[in-house]
Amino acid sequence: MVSFVAGLDWNIFFQPAFDGSGTYLRFLLIGLAWTILLSVTAWILAFVIGSIVGVLRTFPGRLLPGLGAVYVELFRNVPLLVQLFLWYFVLPEIIPGLGTWFKQALNPLLQQFVSGVLCLGFFTAARVAEQVRSGINSLGRGQRGAGLALGLNLPQVYQLILLPVAYRIIIPPLTSEFLNIIKNSAVASTIGLAELSRQAQQLGEFTAHWYESFIAVTLLYGIINVTVMIVSQFVERVTRLPGYLGGRK
Amino acid sequence: MKNYVAAIIGLCLVAPAQRAWTADELTGTLKKIKDAGFISVGHRESSIPFSYYDDKNEVVGYSQDLVMMVVGAVKNRLNMPNLQVKLIPVTSQNRIPLIQNGTIDIESGSTTNNVERQQQVSFSDTMFIIATRLLVKKDSGIKDFPDLKGKNVVVTAGTTSERLIREMNEKNNMGMNIISAKDHGESFLTLQSGRASAFMLDDALLAGERAKARRPDEWVIVGTPQSKEAYGMMMRKGDDQFKKLVDETVAKAETSGQAAKLYQKWFQSPIPPKGLNLDLPLSDDMKELFKNPNDKAFQ
Repeated sequence: MVSFVAGLDWNIFFQPAFDGSGTYLRFLLIGLAWTILLSVTAWILAFVIGSIVGVLRTFPGRLLPGLGAVYVELFRNVPLLVQLFLWYFVLPEIIPGLGTWFKQALNPLLQQFVSGVLCLGFFTAARVAEQVRSGINSLGRGQRGAGLALGLNLPQVYQLILLPVAYRIIIPPLTSEFLNIIKNSAVASTIGLAELSRQAQQLGEFTAHWYESFIAVTLLYGIINVTVMIVSQFVERVTRLPGYLGGRK
Repeated sequence: MKNYVAAIIGLCLVAPAQRAWTADELTGTLKKIKDAGFISVGHRESSIPFSYYDDKNEVVGYSQDLVMMVVGAVKNRLNMPNLQVKLIPVTSQNRIPLIQNGTIDIESGSTTNNVERQQQVSFSDTMFIIATRLLVKKDSGIKDFPDLKGKNVVVTAGTTSERLIREMNEKNNMGMNIISAKDHGESFLTLQSGRASAFMLDDALLAGERAKARRPDEWVIVGTPQSKEAYGMMMRKGDDQFKKLVDETVAKAETSGQAAKLYQKWFQSPIPPKGLNLDLPLSDDMKELFKNPNDKAFQ
């Protein structure tokens, strides 16, 4: 293994890239930047939609929880790659005016980015919604009743009582979802977005040094994910409440 | 004691002679094939008309026919008429690693022989020479590369066309938006859906993509060729014995007129799956190649 790695040609990363953007190292880092931008933007979308859908699923009554459930089942059960093709190839065809504008007036890179963000955002939102729902449901039922009895209305009960604790409880599973969105962002390479895994493929394609390329890219994904884990542990420590989940009294 | 010494001396004399005797001994890929009892052939899934699945889900094409001749030669050489042939689909991303790690013994599809790849793998005598050109809609008004100024152009990621069009864009300040699609099928979809005005690729592959369209006569191949590329079969590097056998087979097909017949079958006659004719005339480069088979790369 060691001799295999040593036998590879690592100088490849300092040679000029085929597209004139600088060295291949810089070429990979551009891909890294797109991966981060795509993941973070999609995560914000996923967090907002996921929170709304998750809260809807815990509402009293049947209609709103039902709608939330339909959303979750729809986006959770259709394969991510299929969803991406629907967003990028199919949706612009079935919306006459807007679709044509999207396809022809918008810069292709922006088209790919927008499709990627929507796809990853809506998909991950379904998973975030489930985490939010389980976070809220893990709190005692009495909390909601107590809040209402105090004269708060339902939004206030969520805002002031349920959500602040529920979010703290679900930080660990949300971290997993964020790590997933980073890895899932590689699907955007299939519609041509030059993110990290695409750049690695291109590097392999043009230099024929496939092993070097994929080893480097694995390391880069590793670095992002370790960073996310460290940040999330920090957030968990800072926000933890006395008496809850290992927080000191 | 005397007998032992004689025996040892005798052995020393015989050993080198024995090596000379077995100069014909199998090494590398041929030995691997003989030991394993099968040969693994890498093919493409949608490189029409070189290597692709037809409507019966069988691998067919110009490159496939040629590589089956090589398989025939291997069977003869190893004296194994019932040698098993494993067909393994490959992509442009995994074909080189799969050759290197021994998953496939030979790849025959639409792989360009170039200097970078020669450092990783070895190439057979050239099977085909292509030129990179443009596929556009008939009424688009695009006749040649300068007409692409400010337009969206699609290429398949990782192809020579991608490198050439990006260089051209930068050098001539053409303000093109270049879309890199995942594979040829997706590139053509990008062109058909109106996202791009032109699709740059090897002319033979463009003709193949056009044949898949709902109405092939809506599309034309235009433009001055930007580069030539030599397609070869790919093998593990440094395996002279196997390469010699493959080269001999390809060269024989080309000089004997068999390859010209295959050309007619795949490029000038109706082909599966839709019975369309690619209608690509034999180029001067190809005529020259058939006269003098060689394994030279253009880049």
